Amino acid sequence: MSLNEEVDLLRRIPLFSNIEPSKLKLLAFASERLTFREGTELCRQGDVGDSAYIIIEGSVGIVVSTPNGDARVAEARENDIVGEIAILCDVPRTATVVADRDVEVLKISKELFFRMVEEFPRMAVEIMRELATRLERTTGQLTRTLNS
Amino acid sequence: MEKTIYRYLTRHSLRQQIWLTALAALSFPFLYAFYELPKRIINGAIQGNPEDFPVGLLGTEFDRTGYLFLLCTIFLILVLINQAFKYYINVYQGLTGERMLRRLRYQLFSRVLRFPQPTFKNVSQGEIIPMITSEVEPLGGFIGEAFALPVFQGGTLIVILTFLFYQNWIMAAAAVALYPIQLYLIPRLQMRVNALGKERVRLVRRLSDRIGETVQGAPEIHIHDTSRFVLADFSDRLGHIFHVRYRIYRQKFVIKFINNFIQQLGPFFFYSLGGYLVIVGSLEMGTLVAAIAAHKDLGAPWKELLAFYQRREDAKIKYEQVVSQFAPVGMPDESVQTEEPGSIDPLTGDLATANLTLTDEIGDNVVDRISLKLSMPSRVAVVGEPGSGATDLAQLLSRLLYPTRGGVSIGGLELAGLPEAITGRRLAYVGQQGYVFAGSLGSNLFYGLKHRPVREFEYDDDAMRQRRWHENEARAAGNTTLDIKADWMDMESAGAGTPEALRARGLRVLEMVDLDDEVYRLGLRGTIDPETRGDTAAAILRARATFRKRLIDDEGMADLVEVFDRSAYNANATVGENLLFGNVGGGAFDMNRLGEDPYVLEVLKKVGLTESILRIGYDTAATMVEIFADVPPDHELFQRYSFVSAEELGELQQWLTRIDREKLEDLSVGERAPIMSLPFKLVPARHRLGMIDDDIQAKLLDAREVFARDLPEEIGTSVEFLDPDAYASTASIQDNILFGKIVYGRPEAADRIGALITEVISELGLRNTIVEVGLGYDVGVSGSRLSSGQRQKLAIARSVLKRPDILFLAEATVALDTVSQGLIMGNLLEEFAGRGLIWVLHKADLAKGFDHVLVMRSGRIVEEGTFEELDRDGSRFRQLLDSAR
Repeated sequence: MSLNEEVDLLRRIPLFSNIEPSKLKLLAFASERLTFREGTELCRQGDVGDSAYIIIEGSVGIVVSTPNGDARVAEARENDIVGEIAILCDVPRTATVVADRDVEVLKISKELFFRMVEEFPRMAVEIMRELATRLERTTGQLTRTLNS
Repeated sequence: MEKTIYRYLTRHSLRQQIWLTALAALSFPFLYAFYELPKRIINGAIQGNPEDFPVGLLGTEFDRTGYLFLLCTIFLILVLINQAFKYYINVYQGLTGERMLRRLRYQLFSRVLRFPQPTFKNVSQGEIIPMITSEVEPLGGFIGEAFALPVFQGGTLIVILTFLFYQNWIMAAAAVALYPIQLYLIPRLQMRVNALGKERVRLVRRLSDRIGETVQGAPEIHIHDTSRFVLADFSDRLGHIFHVRYRIYRQKFVIKFINNFIQQLGPFFFYSLGGYLVIVGSLEMGTLVAAIAAHKDLGAPWKELLAFYQRREDAKIKYEQVVSQFAPVGMPDESVQTEEPGSIDPLTGDLATANLTLTDEIGDNVVDRISLKLSMPSRVAVVGEPGSGATDLAQLLSRLLYPTRGGVSIGGLELAGLPEAITGRRLAYVGQQGYVFAGSLGSNLFYGLKHRPVREFEYDDDAMRQRRWHENEARAAGNTTLDIKADWMDMESAGAGTPEALRARGLRVLEMVDLDDEVYRLGLRGTIDPETRGDTAAAILRARATFRKRLIDDEGMADLVEVFDRSAYNANATVGENLLFGNVGGGAFDMNRLGEDPYVLEVLKKVGLTESILRIGYDTAATMVEIFADVPPDHELFQRYSFVSAEELGELQQWLTRIDREKLEDLSVGERAPIMSLPFKLVPARHRLGMIDDDIQAKLLDAREVFARDLPEEIGTSVEFLDPDAYASTASIQDNILFGKIVYGRPEAADRIGALITEVISELGLRNTIVEVGLGYDVGVSGSRLSSGQRQKLAIARSVLKRPDILFLAEATVALDTVSQGLIMGNLLEEFAGRGLIWVLHKADLAKGFDHVLVMRSGRIVEEGTFEELDRDGSRFRQLLDSAR
């Protein structure tokens, strides 16, 4: 897949949908395109986070370790972004991300991510929306888990 | 050294000076004849009485013309003889002077080698270097002419004067009437110039000292924004120097003015007085002409003499000023370093001191009357707070420092009287910061074995003749005749009988100081010459094959490396690398500007790629401009990802607005330059611009073939093509094993491949070979390409390697991390079981593994015993232990 295709893909992601193409090109160009084999970890809970991942192809599981062992709390697939929390608020990784099958991602460094957010307030709003949605979802899941 | 330059040169060059003086004296009769002859020619041959002819000379009769030509021929011969004398004297003077300069420099340097350590606190590099290099330079010239010039020029002067007086004493007296005034005035004026000269030397020395300090302290200047302060200081110093130099000029030219004026008075007297005498008929015309000619010649030697006088004064000052700096108090005799005892026995037996005292510059006793007896062999820890004198004690015991009072003996042998041939081979000392010399890591490791040449270098006949010549010259200048080319590696010192055993021992010592891993990694990144190290190259090729096999066999590894294959495009390498398919040496191809290289352009044309590359260049440029136009030039993104610099980007932007993409073909080669090299830097797998498609890749493979096939002979050797069966001399060992590119986009690739390479290397038993390659690593000036920890480990290794009877370490591992520290201490305690190890520790708790502990305070030993004995309530040692926690 070439840079231009990556830019098209990024544009379909709500987070980036309102950003001009040349900036998306910078984002894509300055990001590493990585392949994770099935079962490998994109990041591990507790590690220092320096990048977020945009999933281009495949799906990943989000796993949190609890006193009762690892619990799979969510899944992310194409066009989703994972790992952004650790780079947004300087906390260690809050979850482990595992590739469910071979996964293609764009690795966006913290530095680049901040530059984009700073420059495009619209992106910040999208991130807030995304985070809020996710919070709502995880809260729901938590409630269900507690009730069951 | 001799106090004055005249004593110095009579001591070392008396014979040459006498020979030169004799030659000068010998030349005078010819000189006199040379002045006498013109008179004969004019008065005798040209204006002589015709009746005197023919004249009989040498048994032959000459008529007038014949006589004239005979005299002229003799004149010509005399010219030749006089010039030959001058030539020979000048050359011989030069030789004498140069030899003396060589001797002087050698002596000064050899004195630096013998400076007692404390001297270096007061004398700076910035002062010593110019003294040995530039300040003594004019002395050589002066020494050559010291006696000969005054004799020769003075004699010439006397000859001419005698001639003049003989011709007509009144006129001659008139010509030199004013010389006494010069003789009176000049020295007085010169004295002032001398004083200024001294001042100038002093100021310039300080200036160079300051420059040296600035270079070393550059970071401090940046950190504290003191550049203006430094500049003001420098300007002030330059101002002082300027003022002194300007005054010297004025004085010098006043002297010159007086000299010239008095000189020109001569002709005045000749024309007036001489002319009058010719008119009244009491002087012949020929005599006057000859006298005028002679007087003109009188000017030259007189001027020379006066100039010589000035140079002599200058040389006297310089010599005295330099020599006084090289005679510090307490400097040992030269024999301490040159004496080679017949046999060197190990220094065994008790280490004892009597009343050992060291006083510092301000008169404090840093080591205070220590009388001590340590039975050797044993491993002794010395502990104390900073300033307790422990380090000074170690330096005294190892004889790096000479005591102010008292002495040190080992097995009853007084250290003070021993030559360095014994102390420097049987003892070793490592302080906090061992010095690493420029050169290879290995040459530093084995540095401590180079005490003397052990095997002569084998010269062929021609080279031997040259070597003899150099040896004789060295002897003539009082230099050492030891041959630097000889083999200085004293393997015996390291307990090794063969070079292989020595290398093995070197590697073992590297392990001891925890440096082997680092040297191994340097070795992996190093290169070797397969011509001289065929075995190593062959072994690396075996590693390449094994690595390749393992890559395929091991699960999930095969796609982590894209192996170089002549018939396949490598998407993880740059387009340029794909085209050349080899490593470049010798600077024939600039990988950053491939698109401007005429041969590359020719190849592109042959395979029909020119237009495509041009278009890719254009599109790449356009993309770069689009992406990076708004990014600030100093932004990290720019530096990390853009393959054009910020300035280039600006130029590209302008270039793109001017040029139409459809009309690229119309551009001249020069106009294309800005974009032609861009495509060659693309790595398809990394940059993902989608421009290097299958078609282009296929054509690039054609271009690769054509490039190799048509490469002109004169640049052919500068490209080393990749060959799966050949060792690439310009690539690192690691790249030789890898023989491919680690793929982009696989986060685990670098670690796994690195681990696999290490695995293969140890499987094949190649680790030591690669450590040896690492020994060839160039450490840079003062070892600046090593970390400070590496330098320190190297300094320790060097001292361990020569197997001293006693090794002294003064807080030598302070700068290392605690893991290394513990490892090295454990290893050395083991290594030196049965020998002496005296270790000044910065933390008392480290003393645990030692046989004996000395506790120091204020220059005295306050407690001693084993760790257990000293570790009791109320002891000083316990106090130190507590504070270390």
